[in-house]
Amino acid sequence: MLTAVLSGFGGAIAAPWLHRLAPRHAGWLAALLPFVLMIYFISLVPTVAGGEALRFSYAWVPGLGVNLSFRIDGLSLLFALLITGIGTLVLIYAGGYLANDPMLGRMLTLLLIFMAAMLGIVTSDNLIGLFVFWELTTISSYLLIGYKHEYEKARKAALQSLLVTGIGGLALLAGIVLLGQITGTLELSEMLKRGDTVRAHPLYSSILALVLFGAFTKSAQFPFHFWLPGAMEAPTPVSSYLHSATMVKAGVFLLARLNPVLGGTEAWQLLLTFFGSATMIVGSFLAVQQTDLKRILAYTTVSALGTLVMLIGVGTDDAIKAAMVFTLGHALYKGALFQVTGSVDHETGTRDISHLGGLRTAMPITAAAAMLAALSMAGLPPMLGFIAKEVQYKANLSEPILIGVALLTNILTVVAASFVSLRVFTGQPVHTPKHAHEAPLSMWLGPVALALGGLGAGLFSTQIGNLLIGPATGSVLGKVKAVELVLWAGIEGAAGQALALSGVTLLAGIGLYYARSIFPRIAAATAPLAALGAESWYHRTVSGMLLLAERQTRILQNGYLRFYIALIIITTLILTSLMLLVGQVTITMPQNWTDVRVYELAVALIILSATAFVLRATSRMAAVVGLGFVGYGTALTFLLFGGPDLAITQFAVETLSAILFVLVVYRLPRFGNLSSVSARLRSAALAIAGGALMTILTLIALAEPTESRLSSFMAENSQSLANGRNVVNVILVDFRSFDTLGEITVLGVAAIGIYALLKLVVPSEQEPRVETDGSLDGKTEGVPRERTEVIDA
Amino acid sequence: MYSLILATATRLLIPLMLIFSIFLLIRGHNEPGGGFVGGLVVGAAFTLYAAVYGVSQAQNALRFDPKRIVAVGLLVALVSGLLAFFQGLPLMTGLWYPQPLPVIGKVGTPLLFDVGVYLVVIGITATIMFTLFEVEGE
Repeated sequence: MLTAVLSGFGGAIAAPWLHRLAPRHAGWLAALLPFVLMIYFISLVPTVAGGEALRFSYAWVPGLGVNLSFRIDGLSLLFALLITGIGTLVLIYAGGYLANDPMLGRMLTLLLIFMAAMLGIVTSDNLIGLFVFWELTTISSYLLIGYKHEYEKARKAALQSLLVTGIGGLALLAGIVLLGQITGTLELSEMLKRGDTVRAHPLYSSILALVLFGAFTKSAQFPFHFWLPGAMEAPTPVSSYLHSATMVKAGVFLLARLNPVLGGTEAWQLLLTFFGSATMIVGSFLAVQQTDLKRILAYTTVSALGTLVMLIGVGTDDAIKAAMVFTLGHALYKGALFQVTGSVDHETGTRDISHLGGLRTAMPITAAAAMLAALSMAGLPPMLGFIAKEVQYKANLSEPILIGVALLTNILTVVAASFVSLRVFTGQPVHTPKHAHEAPLSMWLGPVALALGGLGAGLFSTQIGNLLIGPATGSVLGKVKAVELVLWAGIEGAAGQALALSGVTLLAGIGLYYARSIFPRIAAATAPLAALGAESWYHRTVSGMLLLAERQTRILQNGYLRFYIALIIITTLILTSLMLLVGQVTITMPQNWTDVRVYELAVALIILSATAFVLRATSRMAAVVGLGFVGYGTALTFLLFGGPDLAITQFAVETLSAILFVLVVYRLPRFGNLSSVSARLRSAALAIAGGALMTILTLIALAEPTESRLSSFMAENSQSLANGRNVVNVILVDFRSFDTLGEITVLGVAAIGIYALLKLVVPSEQEPRVETDGSLDGKTEGVPRERTEVIDA
Repeated sequence: MYSLILATATRLLIPLMLIFSIFLLIRGHNEPGGGFVGGLVVGAAFTLYAAVYGVSQAQNALRFDPKRIVAVGLLVALVSGLLAFFQGLPLMTGLWYPQPLPVIGKVGTPLLFDVGVYLVVIGITATIMFTLFEVEGE
């Protein structure tokens, strides 16, 4: 089980080698992994459909309640099958789509990382684990949208999606922590039983807001829907996988998963149905105004996600069932249509519907798959999309407003479905930038398989209902629920009313398709609204933050080293003195402080005279040497007073920093005393104040009782628990090794940063966008060469 | 500026420094020492080498790109923590080989972790120093 979830990461490491060894078949080979995983998950279907949930747990940081635990119930299994099934087809597709791209290996790596992370989300039983996987999908989505990183548009879209979903992720983390504190567990299977505690808790509304913020940003709900169409900068396999079938449904998944904990309240129903409905209308309304095939599909995806959120908000048994059927149906047809779009773009050189038409003769197989998938999207029998639409109408029959919203959305979806199928593949062939011909096997296999999946699921709806939809619905509702899914429900009662609504939808949709010339006019009329939209707020916020950063950098980091040092000392002085004044600290002189050995006195003298020497030095090299003496003297005191570890490290660090200084000093202009007497006096006062503060702090530390339980624990147990007599080292590599891991990671990042600062030479004419802000100079040269001010203090 | 005395001394010193660093690394768990300071000593050794013979020579002597050494070090540290996990124990639990080995003493995942720290520090020191030397040489 752990292997199943995490094998994607292993596959990700292997993918570039696969691509190097077998560049022509890399996609097929990489697809083997999700295929095997899919078989594995299919083999679990009978068990899970029988009402059992499989659970596996591995201790991770049990002290904090964080475990790698996995649980597969109906909901997880439905999503896991989508992730691995569509993943298989997408990897094959990517192999064909990017066949001539030398970076294909990287693409496969990222897709596999994403797949593993997504599997982690849907199978995690621990909320912290879920969150880690959640963030991993955000990061892999960022890298995948920015795959063509040489284009500014791709970089911007990638950053936009990262910022929007990243902020949502932070909110979600806060929500998870609160949930964990209220329920006392981070394991979902435990938490799901304590929904009443959570709903009655005064913090419920905060938790709800935080979790919804996370889910809404991830699933592109209004008003955060704008990042999803932007994400269409990604290559089409990515759009097909992440941005239609799986990742954007993570938010919906989370809502479904937490439904037993958070759901059922008035606030939950109101917020979810409101934002879901708004997203449905905004998404479908914007979809029909687009001419780019991918953007049409992106906006219909937005509206489909809205539908799912709305249905979960309604929360009745029928609504949840409708949400699950629609999740499956939508993933199948939308994945297929995205891949069709990619094939059309790949073979004709355009994906603008006003330059496409009559492709059915040139691309018969792709055309057939597109038609079939579009039938499901439009909700025609016998496709699964039809059933999804019927149950959706039936679930909302008692709510006239929701029926109105659903009707409008579905009509516009029919129009969009006609755009991506009829408009592109029927009618007279038109001239395209590339001579159109059928896509290769790897690129029509996916659309055909997914479209046939939609047909098959419609025809075998009873089995699908029993095996997949029923268990999934049951886990969302938190109770066992038998689901009956039929293609033909008859014309009696509710089923008849739903059928009538479907008929209206279809007729109106086709009517609007033939009256499509009105959409550009509507688009022009509503264009000013965009200025009020969330996207413009996003841009304002980002540019405002950049401006703020620039201003504060100008002030705080103005290039004068003496200013930095002064600022640091003054800040420390003020903050620490305040704390000392507030904290009522008594300073006592150590009693036997006059009891000094001769050699201790000698070391003190060395330090003092070296300091005096540094102050009077007339060359930088001399000052460096003097500082080295001060450092070695300090190391000697460590040695004398029983800190040999510190002493050795201090010696090594002093040596290296002396060399560093020499290397840098070498590049500075000639030494000179340019500062005025008053400036020097100011600096002296500051230095004395800083030194005095440190002395006081040392005295306070000495006066504190030394018997801390922590240090004696570590001293006593270092031999017995960690097999080491050197307590310092045992703390570093065993007791607190997690801290050390963090520290060496930071060190590594710092080294890369230094390398980049010193090595990065920006060719100014090729990349004019890189800001050449005066406050950041030195980044191309490393050390400011021309500056003389640096030395004058 | 090339100094024959320094060049000759360097040839003698560097093997000693490298051996000393390994000594520091291994004894670290029981006596003063450890991966961090051991790594610094290696870093100092290669800095000395670069100062005397130039960066490209030092780079050749080091064999590996220092940035890769950082990456490998981080990986080693991470794996040492994960090993316990694959044994079904919480992350970063120290695992020890029951019998002490000759010369080295007891070995376990904390030692492996320290090797990771050692490598990271070597890589960082070499990255920073080599880069500075190179920029200076331009």
